[in-house]
Amino acid sequence: MTSLNELTLAQARDGLKAKDFSAADLTRAYLAAMEKAKVLNAYILETPERALDMAAVADAKIAAGEARPLEGIPLGIKDLFCTHGVTTTAGSKILETFQPHYESAVTHNLWRDGAVMLGKLNLDEFAMGSSNETSAYGDVISPWRRSGSDTKLVPGGSSGGSAAAVAAHLCLGATATDTGGSIRQPAAFTGTVGIKPTYGRCSRWGIAAYASSLDQAGPIARTVQDCAILLGSMAGADARDTTCADLPVPDFEAAVVRGVKGLTIGIPKEYRVAGMSAEIQALWDQGAAMLKDAGATIREISLPHTAYALPAYYIVAPAEASSNLARYDGVRYGLRVPGKDIAGMYENTRAAGFGREVKRRIMIGTYVLSAGYYDAYYVRAQKIRTLIKRDFEEAYASGIDAILTPATPSAAFGIGEKGSGDPVEMYLQDVFTITVNMAGLPGISVPAGLDSQGLPLGLQLIGRPFDEETLFAAAQVIENAAGRTKLPPAWWA
Amino acid sequence: MSVDATTVRRIAHLARIAVSDDEVAPLQGELNAILAFVEQLGAVDVTGVEPMTSVTPMAMKKRVDVVTDGGHARDIVFNAPETEDHYFLVPKVVE
Repeated sequence: MTSLNELTLAQARDGLKAKDFSAADLTRAYLAAMEKAKVLNAYILETPERALDMAAVADAKIAAGEARPLEGIPLGIKDLFCTHGVTTTAGSKILETFQPHYESAVTHNLWRDGAVMLGKLNLDEFAMGSSNETSAYGDVISPWRRSGSDTKLVPGGSSGGSAAAVAAHLCLGATATDTGGSIRQPAAFTGTVGIKPTYGRCSRWGIAAYASSLDQAGPIARTVQDCAILLGSMAGADARDTTCADLPVPDFEAAVVRGVKGLTIGIPKEYRVAGMSAEIQALWDQGAAMLKDAGATIREISLPHTAYALPAYYIVAPAEASSNLARYDGVRYGLRVPGKDIAGMYENTRAAGFGREVKRRIMIGTYVLSAGYYDAYYVRAQKIRTLIKRDFEEAYASGIDAILTPATPSAAFGIGEKGSGDPVEMYLQDVFTITVNMAGLPGISVPAGLDSQGLPLGLQLIGRPFDEETLFAAAQVIENAAGRTKLPPAWWA
Repeated sequence: MSVDATTVRRIAHLARIAVSDDEVAPLQGELNAILAFVEQLGAVDVTGVEPMTSVTPMAMKKRVDVVTDGGHARDIVFNAPETEDHYFLVPKVVE
């Protein structure tokens, strides 16, 4: 018999409904898997008692014939989402003991629909990173290894705990957030599926803010269908987030089987970046062929401002971060370190509470917003953002339904391999994903094959605003053609 | 543009982050690497381009100006490092 934690979310949902097993059985299977996988460091906090209590409620609902859409489905929650009464650290020492007395909108929606919380997942500190090496709670280790090697690899970031836990079957699905690629890049590194929906699709209320005009929540799961199911529950209007769209949530799960017949898929020539590996190019070509075989038309397009997205991001995002993170001052919540006066208290608190990458980004943000530099840096970057968005608008206006690109420039790398001297080396990880945040568009990363060392590689599909449905349909075509990535052998268990 | 050690200290102070003497040089190198990277934006012609203020074309939602919540003083100060009678305590700022 298949272990319960081998099932997909859709299979588990159907099995629960058919009473093949109970929500308590399913939850216990995950708690047991988590117990054996501590070395991956995917969870910052496990909440087994709460999980079993929620599973008991789910079983009662199922018995009463009142099952909700995610009844009894065990999920991991990125520790950036505030959870009522459950410590929420944002991966930072400054929030080590923070216990929110409120629930984020997204997690509230998941519990409303009957999901079970297994615990809080590790992440880069305040979601700033591409490898999950900036967490104050230690690196997350990818469940994947290169063939014949025991080198520890990164799961990607910032949603590294989410991606590693989903890949290693330590939860059925996970919440994640994406400011520059933090859902899609870790999904690509771990052979999982991750979607960053359109800006405004999910409420940001109760998510620790990094860069508010770019941050967006989304799911990571093991199949396209599972992602569609989760997004259906996570999304929705919310009066508490003024940028959250007042739009009905489509039936994403129904869109998964639509296919791509008659769609036109754009291949942006500017994404063929200098130094792109032959393997990534081949994967990209194969992805286009898969969509073509399923009835789509493939057309080369131009997005001329692509190269400027990454540098513009490293002005806009740090600027917003420097403002958002001003709240961590040792007064209302979190760490406090005394000083000789109140300014000294602020400075000592923030010096002790923030890690290197967070300090670096706050300082860059402070600099580009400071008197005399605001127009040269910040205003210019926002103008370039307008141009990046216009590129996409013109492509869509010319009849493109979705855009296919690689998700990452390479497969996962080793822990400690990148960015130790020059932070920009790590920033380049997000070269294919960051344009999507800058333009507020939806993007999905779907596994498309393995590299020569046996590591997963992903492709990205970018959609029109609020057209996640086309992304699910096209990603399913790739999942069907490429096959789901074969799970890594559980070397950790 | 690049920053010198004095500027690094000034930015750190503006950002309210204490930096020790031996942190200044590495920070200066890292900040300058980022500033050199963003320098390429100078090559883009942005004449007549409006800076982006909203990534999705939507009017900011507004609500009626009424009290919608309240009475949560205990919840609000729950996570504060130092409190007294539901007030946040800070070091003395006025002599």
